[in-house]
Amino acid sequence: MKSAKATLLKIVSNQMFIPIVAILILTIVNLIGDPSFFAISYGENSEGAWLFSGNPVNIIDNGTSLAMLAIGMTLVTAASGGQDISVGAAMAIAAGVIIKMVSGELTVSSDYASPLIVALLVALLASMLCGLFNGVLVSFLKIQPMVATLVLYTAGRSIAGWITGNLSYKFSAPSFKAFGHTLPGIPIPTPIIISVVCFILIALVLKFTTLGLYVQSVGINENSARLNGLNPIAIKLASYVILGVCVCVAGFVTVTRTGTFISSTFAKDIEMDAILAVALGGNALSGGKFNIASSVIGAYVIQYLKTTLNAFGVEAVALPAYKALVIIALVIISSPSAREWFVNKWRMIMPKSKNTAKEVA
Amino acid sequence: MKENAVLEMKGICKSFPGVRALQNVDFTLCKGEIHALMGENGAGKSTLIKVLTGVYSKDEGEVFIEGHNGAIAIRSPQEAQNVGISTVYQEITLCPNLTVAENMYIGRTKGVLQNWKKMNAKAEKILRDLDIPATATQQLGNYSIAIQQMVAIARAVDMNCKVLILDEPTSSLDENEVNKLFGLMRNLKKEGVGIIFVTHFLDQVYEVCDKITVLRDGQLVGEYEIENLPRIQLVSKMLGKDMDDTSDIRGDVEIYDDKGAEPVFEGEGLVSNAGIKPFDFYIKKGEVNGFTGLLGSGRSECVRAIFGADKVTGGKVKMHGKSVKISKPIHAMKNKIAYLPEDRKGDGIVGDLSVRDNIVLAYQVLKGFFKPLSKSQAYKFADEYIKLLDIKTASADTPIKSLSGGNQQKVIVARWLLTHPEYLILDEPTRGIDVGTKVDIQKLVLKLASEGMSVTFISSETDEMLRTCSRLVVMRDRKVVGELTGDDLNQNMVMKTIAGGGE
Repeated sequence: MKSAKATLLKIVSNQMFIPIVAILILTIVNLIGDPSFFAISYGENSEGAWLFSGNPVNIIDNGTSLAMLAIGMTLVTAASGGQDISVGAAMAIAAGVIIKMVSGELTVSSDYASPLIVALLVALLASMLCGLFNGVLVSFLKIQPMVATLVLYTAGRSIAGWITGNLSYKFSAPSFKAFGHTLPGIPIPTPIIISVVCFILIALVLKFTTLGLYVQSVGINENSARLNGLNPIAIKLASYVILGVCVCVAGFVTVTRTGTFISSTFAKDIEMDAILAVALGGNALSGGKFNIASSVIGAYVIQYLKTTLNAFGVEAVALPAYKALVIIALVIISSPSAREWFVNKWRMIMPKSKNTAKEVA
Repeated sequence: MKENAVLEMKGICKSFPGVRALQNVDFTLCKGEIHALMGENGAGKSTLIKVLTGVYSKDEGEVFIEGHNGAIAIRSPQEAQNVGISTVYQEITLCPNLTVAENMYIGRTKGVLQNWKKMNAKAEKILRDLDIPATATQQLGNYSIAIQQMVAIARAVDMNCKVLILDEPTSSLDENEVNKLFGLMRNLKKEGVGIIFVTHFLDQVYEVCDKITVLRDGQLVGEYEIENLPRIQLVSKMLGKDMDDTSDIRGDVEIYDDKGAEPVFEGEGLVSNAGIKPFDFYIKKGEVNGFTGLLGSGRSECVRAIFGADKVTGGKVKMHGKSVKISKPIHAMKNKIAYLPEDRKGDGIVGDLSVRDNIVLAYQVLKGFFKPLSKSQAYKFADEYIKLLDIKTASADTPIKSLSGGNQQKVIVARWLLTHPEYLILDEPTRGIDVGTKVDIQKLVLKLASEGMSVTFISSETDEMLRTCSRLVVMRDRKVVGELTGDDLNQNMVMKTIAGGGE
């Protein structure tokens, strides 16, 4: 009995508890509303490729860019105690570089002007530079992360517009779109494969380097970290550059999905979802301890929520309002004071039941 | 109430859970008097001031103020101001982004309308009267800390203050600025303001004060006229050691014989940006030495300079006779120097991380970014040191912040022992921890030294240092003023050296 209670308390206080509960609730809502929501089918799509489809696949597929951003945003939050709000704009820069390089002078084309790998590498460089820029403002100049990244948040889309000459692009080479859809012969959407590769990569980095310990130490107590021989500036800088890499992957996945690009609307408002994913994952937005897996689940929760609302026929225009309601509920539930309240309530209920048991005996 | 007195506190008692911070303390301040309030850390100075300014409510006792009949109750800083008690803290509590005049009148204007011209003129007049070199319409942040402090004082004076409390006003000022501040204090004294001056600088006390009240361990030691209390007696009263108490407590500890040994660490003209004067220092293999001096004398800043914890601005360093460069903690660590900082919470522990992570942190940093310890290795090290140092923790995974102070300290000691240093610096390792752990740590220091480690040990408690160190470097006002070894290692000599000139 006591061990069961302890286990339960342990589960409730686990960081992943909230996002997993959110998934469960969404699942129950969908099961009641329309169980066919979860149907997965295997068949030919309009382009003649065999693949798995259905809402569960779509959620993981469409959640890819957000999950990528959540990885980097978690590190940045942990190390610098603040968030990068320029990731949407930086994604636009990365995607703008890619589409401009593959399209060349033509706004509508299907022939590579330069090889995709070159475009991708240049985009990677560009987004890492964005990260470096933010990182320098935050770590060297000690500007609050949100204020520092406001610079690129404001300027980023203009830069992306300058790269693409403020034109709308459409690039439709099949091998380009394959990255946003499916590779020939593989029945799983490519973004899912890309995300799995990235998860494995970050897991390996965390396992085979001391990044996790360093980032947490700097985020929790910078003075102490410095006196233990760490360089807080370098570590913060590194977290922003890693976020830059994540931004590039997210931008790549997003731009290959549609094959189109308009700087002013590309990945608009994604930064807020990325920050929300970190918060939903139970990570303190003030920095310190972090759990990337939890943030990633948080990202998929957000995508799950969007897909669910769609399935319930909520109009696209009204979607943000509904999303906001659900988010408010989730954020309140996952706030430390609400958790404390739950635990206290729990403790009040538990001894009571014990006492009554005694009395009965 | 005594004639001429502007403030009288009688039988003040204040307890916190587990601590009797003030026991039956009396304090009297006369008109036009500069009165030093002295005592070491934890003596009760700040508690007394906080009771007086209404930050804390007293448990027992009475406070009288000139012009008010009978004892008065001060329940908040606002009430303290209303009866004429103003405080200027060490940290500037004004707004640097407002003008001087705005700062002087902030929170004291009536209604929503303000005659800015009149306010500026009034402020200007006060500044001129007090001879403060500031302009009313200038932004406060443009001025030096000293002038900002003077503006804070001017604000207090304009509020018709009878009692002005200056809490460590000089700690961030240079000599010139201190002199200006003293000028202002003397001006105010002429006008009949009673000033309570809290400082750690002995020279300053003897330069400007009329009377001294000494507190120790929450009790009143006494009130003295400055002429009747030589420095050495003041020091002995603050430390609570009678000059005649010559009991030698080294006793059973062998004095390390350092003849012929090469210094492990040698520093020449070391100086950092923390405001210490350049100093020379060396330590030999297996030696335990210490920096002593009153609080704020610069002893911590010295060891911080050795470790590269503050920005080192000059000096030469040798390890085993070879020149090395130590400008950052990592350099010192690579040269096998370890440093346990004075501020355990601010500089030592990484609060949310587990005991295990806290123990392996420095070792891991030395090992390198691409060579993380495996979980089992980390547990092995953690468990080994938890056992070795008898750290009381639920498990190695417990967050360090939930441990008691003494056990947190042991974790930090474990962190540095794990790096197998040749030279270990312990800055106040025994502060705020229980007696049992204190003794543990002292024993550990002697044991490590006998195994060949060099240790610098700093403690506010001279007893502890005499018990463990074979050489003491004595500091006063951020300068090294002496070095004691052998037979000179006793309370009397330590106090004499700390007190310095003007005996």
